[in-house]
Amino acid sequence: MAVTFSLPTVLARLADGHSTIEADGTTLGDVVAQIADRFPALAPRLRDPDGGPYPFVTFYLNDEDIRFQNGFATPVAEGDEITVVAAIAGG
Amino acid sequence: MTTLLAPELDRALRALPQSCRLCGTRYPAAAEAVCGECLGPLEPSYDPDRPLPDTATISARPETLWRYREWLPFEGEPALSLDSGFTPLVESPRLARALGVARLWLKNDAVSHPSLSFKDRVVASALNAARALGIGTVGCASTGNLANAVAAQAARAGLPAWIFIPHDLELGKVVGTAVYGPRLVRVRGTYDDVNRLCAQAADRYGWGLVNINLRGYYGEGSKTVAFEICEQLGWRTPTAVVAPMAGGSLVTKLDKGFAEFLSAGLVSGPGPRLFGAQAQGCAPIVRLVESGGDRLDPVVPDTIARSIAIGNPADGRFAAEAIRRTGGWVAGVPDPEIVAGIRLLAESSGIFTETAGGATVAGALALARAGRLRPDDEVVLCITGNGLKTVEALQGALPESPVIAPRLRELEALYGRDL
Repeated sequence: MAVTFSLPTVLARLADGHSTIEADGTTLGDVVAQIADRFPALAPRLRDPDGGPYPFVTFYLNDEDIRFQNGFATPVAEGDEITVVAAIAGG
Repeated sequence: MTTLLAPELDRALRALPQSCRLCGTRYPAAAEAVCGECLGPLEPSYDPDRPLPDTATISARPETLWRYREWLPFEGEPALSLDSGFTPLVESPRLARALGVARLWLKNDAVSHPSLSFKDRVVASALNAARALGIGTVGCASTGNLANAVAAQAARAGLPAWIFIPHDLELGKVVGTAVYGPRLVRVRGTYDDVNRLCAQAADRYGWGLVNINLRGYYGEGSKTVAFEICEQLGWRTPTAVVAPMAGGSLVTKLDKGFAEFLSAGLVSGPGPRLFGAQAQGCAPIVRLVESGGDRLDPVVPDTIARSIAIGNPADGRFAAEAIRRTGGWVAGVPDPEIVAGIRLLAESSGIFTETAGGATVAGALALARAGRLRPDDEVVLCITGNGLKTVEALQGALPESPVIAPRLRELEALYGRDL
């Protein structure tokens, strides 16, 4: 499944400046793994040593926080948009 | 007491450099809030050898939050929002009796200048950071109080402002933002949805969004609540402080503020135990503390307490750590108790607070019932916002007031026995 993966500037710097990356996979974890292979400097920022997301980083699949779904095991569909957002203060 | 006296500074305003709270990596001053190494939050770095004022010097300064400027993230003179802070600390013997504690004070940011909530403090700090960094457009993602504060202070500073809020906020908070003339964007979704959009917008357009890319500078303003409590108690700490929790930043910064004044020798003794209150319908930090774990599970908010309805609190883990370390605890209160808390505060103390304040009062009652607040405690409750902003919360909760003709006999017919 081809998906679009969007990074904030702080992470795009580690992906040769790409803030939007095309990737594919059947789960979000597959997509993250593929991007981690392609951009080794970015890899340790996307996944913690146990292979999960960091607490200060939120992954959205389309408009949904993946922590309300199945985390990196969440299936992705053709054309899905994945957005990575760093944590934000209260308001 | 500290013996070094601070020289009166007259240099141009500069923001301090920052470092990562988690890994310590240092960064020059910039509108950046996230560590490029570990994605942890950035915080301003203070020179540990800077001259600090003593209590007499602080007391002689104007009654604003800038009297504590050596603990705010700038060098030189602040340029904007010079008169926020130093809100009243009001003792309430009746509320102390209701809780069964020795003494109780209310830190009343419901009358904060200019926008009637504690967010005036953080925005004063953030707008000065924007000025120091040469940022021409500011904004925020907000549950309401921050929107009011950014809109008001940006208008006064002559700065264009983009403000993003959930589409269904209380009318008072929408009007109390729109009146200042910002670009106000109502987003379909929760605060956490608004946050996501705002983070992407800050990234793309280079704006100074106070709680996003200026977050490190913004948060420091909250420390002034702790500083003022110490000074207004006669340069000492209370034994317990109860605060509402949304993103968790206020509890974290209260902890930092008390620690900084203790470290500077301006107060002595143990720091207060810190307690946090959330609405039961949005209580991820309460759950984290109660679980004893270290993983915060986000929730989808469902509460009338919109100003603290943040399901994915960025500082939740730090707030939980401060609460545990200081020997405090947490309370999650259902919405009817929040309304009862608003009424109890008003009827016992003459202060009308919004839903977050109702959660704080109701939380304090629950903590006292559970024995977490003790009979010998001297407690401060942080009342962070004004009740006129959330009058919807009281609909149906107050007795209907009768309408009569302007005739004495109608008054006597209604109230004869009470007159």
